[in-house]
Amino acid sequence: MTMTIATRDAYGETLIELGRELKDLVVLDADLSQSTKTAGFARLFPERFFNMGIAEANMMGTAAGLAAAGKIPFASTFAVFATGRAYDQVRNSIAYPGLNVKICATHAGITVGEDGASHQALEDLALMRALPGMTVLVPADAPETSQIIKTVAEQKGPVYIRLGRSKVPVINGEDYRFQLGHYETLRWGTDVTVFACGLMVAVALEAAELLAGKDIGVRVVNVSTIKPLNQDQIVQAAAQTGAVVTCEEHSVIGGVGS
Amino acid sequence: MTLDVTIETRLKETASQIRRHIIRMTHAAKSGHPGGSLSAVEILTALYFHVMSLEPGNPDWPERDRFVLSKGHAAPALYATLAERGFFPTDDLQTLRQLGSRLQGHPAMKLVPGVEMSTGSLGQGLSTACGMALAGRLDRAQWRVYALLGDGECQEGQIWEAAMAAAHYKLNNLIVYLDYNRLQIDGYISSVLNPEPFPGKWKAFGWDVHTVDGHSLPEIIAATEAAQSTATGPSMIICHTVKGKGVPFMENEAGWHGKAPSDEQAEQALTQLA
Repeated sequence: MTMTIATRDAYGETLIELGRELKDLVVLDADLSQSTKTAGFARLFPERFFNMGIAEANMMGTAAGLAAAGKIPFASTFAVFATGRAYDQVRNSIAYPGLNVKICATHAGITVGEDGASHQALEDLALMRALPGMTVLVPADAPETSQIIKTVAEQKGPVYIRLGRSKVPVINGEDYRFQLGHYETLRWGTDVTVFACGLMVAVALEAAELLAGKDIGVRVVNVSTIKPLNQDQIVQAAAQTGAVVTCEEHSVIGGVGS
Repeated sequence: MTLDVTIETRLKETASQIRRHIIRMTHAAKSGHPGGSLSAVEILTALYFHVMSLEPGNPDWPERDRFVLSKGHAAPALYATLAERGFFPTDDLQTLRQLGSRLQGHPAMKLVPGVEMSTGSLGQGLSTACGMALAGRLDRAQWRVYALLGDGECQEGQIWEAAMAAAHYKLNNLIVYLDYNRLQIDGYISSVLNPEPFPGKWKAFGWDVHTVDGHSLPEIIAATEAAQSTATGPSMIICHTVKGKGVPFMENEAGWHGKAPSDEQAEQALTQLA
């Protein structure tokens, strides 16, 4: 039985780990700390946690100011609010001046489920990708989330990280090491390559297993770095297998599929 | 506390020099925002030449006071002030808004020494100032954060989100000035979409509120010193100003919000400012 952990849970745990090491790390949330899992950090480091209330625009601007003064802010809310509600603030106060803000948005995609379409961000990657200077990352599982959070905490510059609500299978081992712009090939095949990100990586692996029974060799590549895109690796895999399928919990417009 | 007369005389001359720069810059650029730049001159002069601790030769000095121009369209006033203060050569001012110039129509922090935050999309600067003030408090720093808001800008909802947060977090290291010149692009703020009354609104949001003549250097400085010494939370200094101040044909005219003076008008304005 494969273990399942939500990427938002891994995020919350990693924040606590980093909070002990990095004294300049601060966390902001917009009244969703129980859901985004920043509440654990808030309990342990109350001085460095700022609940900004249901005011996402101000949260993003405040994060920009904290970064301008040398802090390492992680700002969290649901993906639909982080990228849509506060788009102009992310654009002008964070991305334009290239400030060191880590936007960690949870509850992305349709797996928000029962909350309905108002809360299902299916265009967040498109919005964030379009911003010059913004790094865009989508971890596939808990170990990759932890690796990504640790990596971005040590690197300067604005980052958007897309996290999910639901539990997803753990694909990577504890020894997994994330490299920005490098894609892990999780399964080798010669007939078709599936480029997947986020929770769809596990789904792609499942599909590959089913197709193996029909003598179709499926290669599965985890495209966790949406931006900057590693075009060489994608072109190489496409050339080697001759066919490509993209698999993501996002609109094809502006997502991996584009 | 009264301001020494020789200091006031020197500051007044600096303010006049900044006004002349604003006219020359917007004239050379053939566009820009002279009206709301001229109304903010005394506030910027008081801050940059009397109130704030700065090292113009070392703009990243960690202990410096911070300033955020939330009404980013007053960039000509900020650039002229920074150049006069020695952050970059005054000759650069003539490149305002030109292709390839670092002096964009709205300030960019990555390009211009002394600019602490990129602004221009109204309503965003106060939030970033709050973030800086939170950081300063975490570091137990001595430096303070100053910010300048437009009165029309207070129509943006984000201003009031930030107002709520600054009071909630008791940011007594944050002092904000309101350039209350009563005009915005489409006319009087009270007729476009009335954000008044300002004193009552800011008080209700939990701020210490002072009201001054925004062209009186002694009044601005006295209110700032009061805010520095007594505030338990954020301070709002409401500065009654005149849009286009110092150039009679621009004063109280909404049309001069975002229009450059012609050759003749620039000449006339510089004569009036002499």
